[in-house]
Amino acid sequence: MLDPLAVLNAVMAGVLLGGFYASVALGIAIAFGMLDIPNLSHPAFVVVGAFATWQLNSQLGLDPVLAGLVMAPPFFVLGAALYRLYHVCFERRGDAALQGLAFFFGMLFITEVALVLTAGADYRSVAAPYIGASLTFGGITLPGRMLVPFFVSIGMIVLLHQFLTRSFTGRAIQAVSQDPVALRLMGVSPTRIKTLAFGLATATAAVAGSLLIIIEPVEPSIGRDFIGRAFAVVVLGGMGSFYGMLLASIILGITESIVSDMWNPSWAPAIAFGFLLPTLAFRSSGLLGRKL
Amino acid sequence: MSNAWFWALGGMLVAVLWLTGRLVTNEYVFFMGYAVAQYILLATAWNLLGGYAGYINFGTAAFFALGAYVSVAINKLVEVPLPVLILAGAVAAGAVGLAMGYLTLKLRGVFFSIATLALAIVAQAAVTNWEFVGGASGAYLLRPSEGPWGGGYVEYLFYVMLVMAVGAVALARTIERSTVGLGLSAIRDDELVAEAYGVPTLRLKLLVTVLSGALMGMAGAPLPFYVAYLDPPSAFNLSYAVNTIAMPLIGGTGTWIGPVIGAVLLTTVQQTAMVTISSAFNLMLVGLLMVAFITLAPNGIVGLVRNLRRRA
Repeated sequence: MLDPLAVLNAVMAGVLLGGFYASVALGIAIAFGMLDIPNLSHPAFVVVGAFATWQLNSQLGLDPVLAGLVMAPPFFVLGAALYRLYHVCFERRGDAALQGLAFFFGMLFITEVALVLTAGADYRSVAAPYIGASLTFGGITLPGRMLVPFFVSIGMIVLLHQFLTRSFTGRAIQAVSQDPVALRLMGVSPTRIKTLAFGLATATAAVAGSLLIIIEPVEPSIGRDFIGRAFAVVVLGGMGSFYGMLLASIILGITESIVSDMWNPSWAPAIAFGFLLPTLAFRSSGLLGRKL
Repeated sequence: MSNAWFWALGGMLVAVLWLTGRLVTNEYVFFMGYAVAQYILLATAWNLLGGYAGYINFGTAAFFALGAYVSVAINKLVEVPLPVLILAGAVAAGAVGLAMGYLTLKLRGVFFSIATLALAIVAQAAVTNWEFVGGASGAYLLRPSEGPWGGGYVEYLFYVMLVMAVGAVALARTIERSTVGLGLSAIRDDELVAEAYGVPTLRLKLLVTVLSGALMGMAGAPLPFYVAYLDPPSAFNLSYAVNTIAMPLIGGTGTWIGPVIGAVLLTTVQQTAMVTISSAFNLMLVGLLMVAFITLAPNGIVGLVRNLRRRA
């Protein structure tokens, strides 16, 4: 017989996990959902962010979340540079779809192997006061290592959403994928806007990486597990809709958590695919979004 | 290259390799030859869809491992000759290709690609939970000591793989020169225009997805006998997907010879690097070569040679 408290615990754990997934998917929601750049290497950048956090935490004793924020500006610059390369090599040639995908797949692989070569293939973890702690009320336990990433992730998403809907630059980012010519007529360079947006997307990987290593120990190839998840929630959320993506992440988190707890954890990575395939086949506009 | 030349050269290649094989006593040569032939087959299979139609498949490992595990499963039930296992692997992988393609090929190519990436993860989870074929702990296979016509079993595996590789290249070449090939390149250049001109885009894409998947399944079917021990992390290794994409891109997509050049070159480099330098560095090399070719020489070695000839 199912224990209702156990189910409730699994659901709560799933909500927290889903909130964290949203932080990984955020960069893909911007790059893929808004700019139409299929950045497969984003999850690998998240792992780089996690390793950078590990360095800052173990060497300087910096708080992991703070380390993620410190790493965000350099990630922004790297992301902007990567977009420039992508733009010159693929967007301008007009062959972005085929070559671009293979390019990012290659970047994913290079990033992963570079991490193995520099930091080794071992699992790394960080220390912080809230990692061992937990909140308990009414028989429900909320571990600190899940709670902190959840709130940081939600905060980051809300902040970015405000930026994109309220500011001129933010609106220009939303406009650039819809109508670059109209944007140019308004006196804004689409390339500059896209550089900025892609930099921003990559900067979120630094923060997401710091959250990842708070949740669990990290090794270089762990990013792959998040590719399917992140793209699934971005598509399911409706391509570029932040709150749709967040909702999809939480649904995915809950499903994975319940399957892991009640059945078998080794099936958890496959669930995202179970979400993705029917979405693509039957409802390509996602939960809260436009049609593909 | 005319048809007569192609078949004469293909036949000669097999015959010469068979004759030299008679003289070789070192089994390592066959191990190495098998790896080259396997990658020619995989790269050619990938190129059918990726090179001709422009739809990138990241799930090579899924189709390949499916072939391998179908082989393991059947081998546990009944003892059948290798060609039967290969056929079964082809049917299973082709069926998965059909299902995948039917669900995702109506959308833009990016979505097909992402779905194939996820497919590899799901397939690995499924096999890890499939206790009958060893689950997470893997499966041991007894490799017969002798091939059906005498000689070592690895030698036999090499010839089987070689024949499949040559067959796949011939198939790719036939498709390239047929109306199917023309339709596929129309899809690659502009799918909307192709559709408007009456090219049956979905049917063509489905056809090559099934063919490509089936060939990958065939490539995987002899793997359990080749490695003698198969577990999910090695059967689903990301390096299969990376190599299979890197080879056509380096050799040149869109032509049958491109993947062959890429496969021979990259496998040889890797086998040498594996012996002399570390395996992580080896993977780095493949990644860097791939990105360098996509950014600097998008038409691969074939394109470079073509440019040189035009200038001369």
